[in-house]
Amino acid sequence: MTAPVELGRPGLAGVPTTDVKQTKKDFTSDQEVRWCPGCGDYAVLAAVQGFLPDLGLARENIVFVSGIGCSSRFPYYMNTYGMHSIHGRAPAIATGLAASRPDLSVWVITGDGDALSIGGNHLIHALRRNVNLTILLFNNRIYGLTKGQYSPTSEQGKITKSTPMGSLEAPFNPVSLALGAEATFVGRTIDSDRQHLTSVLSAAAAHRGTSLVEIYQNCNIFNDGAFEILKNRDSRDEVLIRLEHGEPVRFGADGQHGVRRNPSTGSLEVCAGDDPGVIVHDATADDPTQAFALSRLADPGTLARSPIGVFRQVERPAYGDLMATQLDEAADKHGPGDLQALLRGNDPWTVG
Amino acid sequence: MTVKHVHELDRVVIRFAGDSGDGMQLTGDRFTAETASFGNDLSTLPNFPAEIRAPAGTLPGVSSFQLHFANYDILTPGDAPDVLVAMNPAALKANLPDVPKGATIIVDTGDFTPRALKKVGWDTSPLEDNTLSAYKVHALDLSGITMEALAPFELSRKDASRSKNMFALGLLSWMYGRSIDGTVKFLHEKFATRETIRDANVAALKAGWNYGETTEEFAVSYEVKPAAMPAGTYRNITGNLALSYGLIAAARQSGLPLFLGSYPITPASDILHELSKHKRFGVRTFQAEDEVAAIGAALGASFGGALGVTTTSGPGVALKGETVGLAVSLELPLVIVDVQRGGPSTGLPTKTEQADLLQVLYGRNGESPVPVVAASSPSDCFHAAIEAVRIAVTYRTPVFLLSDGYLANGSEPWHVPDVESLPTIDPGFATELNHDGEGERDFWPYLRDPETLARPWAVPGTPGLEHRIGGIEKLDGPGTISYDPNNHERMVRLRQAKVDGIAGVPDLEVEDPSGAARLLVVGWGSTYGPIGAAVRRARKAGHNVAQAHLRHLNPMPANTGDLLRSYDRVLVPEMNLGQLALLLRGKYLVDVVGYNRVRGLPFKAEELADVIMEEVGAL
Ligand SMILES: Cc1ncc(C[n+]2csc(CCOP(=O)(O)OP(=O)(O)O)c2C)c(N)n1
Ligand code: SF4
Ligand SMILES: [Mg+2]
Repeated sequence: MTAPVELGRPGLAGVPTTDVKQTKKDFTSDQEVRWCPGCGDYAVLAAVQGFLPDLGLARENIVFVSGIGCSSRFPYYMNTYGMHSIHGRAPAIATGLAASRPDLSVWVITGDGDALSIGGNHLIHALRRNVNLTILLFNNRIYGLTKGQYSPTSEQGKITKSTPMGSLEAPFNPVSLALGAEATFVGRTIDSDRQHLTSVLSAAAAHRGTSLVEIYQNCNIFNDGAFEILKNRDSRDEVLIRLEHGEPVRFGADGQHGVRRNPSTGSLEVCAGDDPGVIVHDATADDPTQAFALSRLADPGTLARSPIGVFRQVERPAYGDLMATQLDEAADKHGPGDLQALLRGNDPWTVG
Repeated sequence: MTVKHVHELDRVVIRFAGDSGDGMQLTGDRFTAETASFGNDLSTLPNFPAEIRAPAGTLPGVSSFQLHFANYDILTPGDAPDVLVAMNPAALKANLPDVPKGATIIVDTGDFTPRALKKVGWDTSPLEDNTLSAYKVHALDLSGITMEALAPFELSRKDASRSKNMFALGLLSWMYGRSIDGTVKFLHEKFATRETIRDANVAALKAGWNYGETTEEFAVSYEVKPAAMPAGTYRNITGNLALSYGLIAAARQSGLPLFLGSYPITPASDILHELSKHKRFGVRTFQAEDEVAAIGAALGASFGGALGVTTTSGPGVALKGETVGLAVSLELPLVIVDVQRGGPSTGLPTKTEQADLLQVLYGRNGESPVPVVAASSPSDCFHAAIEAVRIAVTYRTPVFLLSDGYLANGSEPWHVPDVESLPTIDPGFATELNHDGEGERDFWPYLRDPETLARPWAVPGTPGLEHRIGGIEKLDGPGTISYDPNNHERMVRLRQAKVDGIAGVPDLEVEDPSGAARLLVVGWGSTYGPIGAAVRRARKAGHNVAQAHLRHLNPMPANTGDLLRSYDRVLVPEMNLGQLALLLRGKYLVDVVGYNRVRGLPFKAEELADVIMEEVGAL
């Protein structure tokens, strides 16, 4: 795994650190975890609790904000500050928090319904603004908490309680969506691959601005096996593309497949691993075109040829930093505010 | 030169009316500024179309600005103009029904062409038939005279005629003895980089003044002496400006950084614009993607220890409802400003109404008590904002602050307070563990203050107080998730008791100089001025009438019920179909009678006075 690329002001600059050694236990709250046994959410929780001590941040300066859904119960289990808010609105709430408190590490926990259905508007605008947030999108391709309706990432034709004859809608590809929304950091990982999960989350946390990480998460109750082909030993090497910054894009047990640009259409296509045209992945490219093309390799139904890893990681000033700069500039230029002078205004008169 | 007479008057109502592009709001603002610095009491009512530029010369495109000024304290912008300044046929036609017989009409004849007359449905010119025979009419070619006066500037016809509003302002300034110095200074600042425009406007302004002084058209000018006001520093202020300043002041008095989340909507946008200018006060303004995000961001900022505020109008309140409910559950400070406008739906964006009272009180799921404070005049928006923040911060609760289109854009002189006299607000952040747990001290985010029932506000960054809150019902005390039936009932009642028990809500005061009134008139919000003016009229006519005005709509003052019951009759005028009346009847079992109008305009004092006298007569 490639180390995260260091870019300008790191994501956690300004967040106080601690010298006291932390352990997973420090980040575990006293609340009993109530997800269904076998739910993919457990693995993500364990990975986050497991890697946060590595960041060495003051625990009191970490905040988890979530929406509504099974995954959104996450903050209750973290021994940090946290808010379990309302359906779809976590990015908006976290925007106000992060923009007014640059000394916090703010995390958003959301689901595919929460982030892409009811909260779609907030998600794209948080990405566009580049608010300093790390957003973990738990994509189980189903509405878990409301017991199994299709979601905006469900494959077309999906049979659920609300679509007995199959769903009619084309699904969102969250990575494509985020790239289209001007995201500066976009990654994808899988609940069951602890090491990969940790590496992508670490890179996301270190990024200043909005990082969006799509996590393929199994809902073993309402959509079991949704990512089976990407996880199963027998199939995964043939369908999972691991992206690594600066490395050629190859997959297959022996790297026998590659990805190259079709010169006539400009889109990406699968080729032989030793094809001279195999592209090299550059997450830091200014132009998101190649990252977007990579995101389009996945079959929208089966998810075969899904790339995972960091698609894009570029530098752009974070919203809260820009806002703080304007406040400083205004005070530098005109001096700090004088309330009495403000109230008096330019045209006062005196009654003797 | 003829000798001009000066007549003394105690009050005058002037209405400037013209096309949306004629600069009538600016003209009105400047005349107001001149009048304010002269020392009159005054009250203004801008009235403009929702369309930015409706087709020129049409009735929907008419924009107007009414100003009432006097040598005594006045309460309203005036029922009807004593003087109408009409800049085109449409302005004359649209405003004529409001002008009482005998009033003065100054009309610019420059645009009285057959085509322009046709546009507003006049076959013949009202200047030539007897349409205006009941008025004192000054039919002047203001456009033509302005263009003549500006000939040396070699402007295009269009540019020259644009200054006709300044000519009219100069003329009216002469008529009422206002100094134009302030406006000259204003034009110098406004057009600092466009010298020709600046000089042309100043020339037009002065030409208007000189025209009044020299022509025989105007034989008299008028004098309205300054009003006696308590000593102090004054300024003119609109409701939206006063509200913005109130929020900045409250942030300073509480030591909290102000965070505004807002989505543009008439008539609230000016608060967003204003607060965006004051970054050096540490004010953060966030123009969100929608109203839901706006309030969400404000609530997120509150969670982080800021003074979270969101500003909107009725349609925005509808969208924010779920987040207000979350704030009720989280018990965090938050101020939601609703500058009401005509509804339902898009309704009348630029007109006033007070029909959101029940929405802010009850427009949410579940038992969701939220304190409500309503401003009663433009300058009162300042103090109402501070009061809303006091309640929000002290009781860790969302608070609705109600204004409306009339208060937002209307203006009046304001006795500028000494900032040292403003109340301080103590956020009292939690910094310590507050509970004896099993073997060790721990932190309970819902352990309430026994007096206020407010919960501790522990902000991220405070070591040892890490906690999780959310919209799911919480266990009384620890604040962890609880679905227990008895706990839910306790929490519902606790949240209600906290709001019901808000201290510092003063008793409802009654004004009854006679001490013998049997009729009480009760209002809330922006009807304060019109009700007050109407009550004065009724008293002048020999009737005993008592008046009381509610600033706190939730909780209401403790003596409200007793007070209502102590009168034989209670009249509640409202710019809705009876929302406060419904509350008073339901809460206090008093058979109040409503007087309800929803014309998008404030009440007229005369109309209300008639209603009041009728009610007194029926007793
Ligand atoms: C305003 C509102 N509408 C609907 C719901 C019901 N609801 C709760 S969670 C949810 C969908 C959650 O799906 P997802 O975001 O994918 O989360 P998951 O449970 O799958 O983790 C819905 C529709 C709600 N809580 N609030
Ligand atoms: S319903 Fe699915 S997503 Fe929700 S907790 Fe159970 S397994 Fe997990
Ligand atoms: Mg889901």
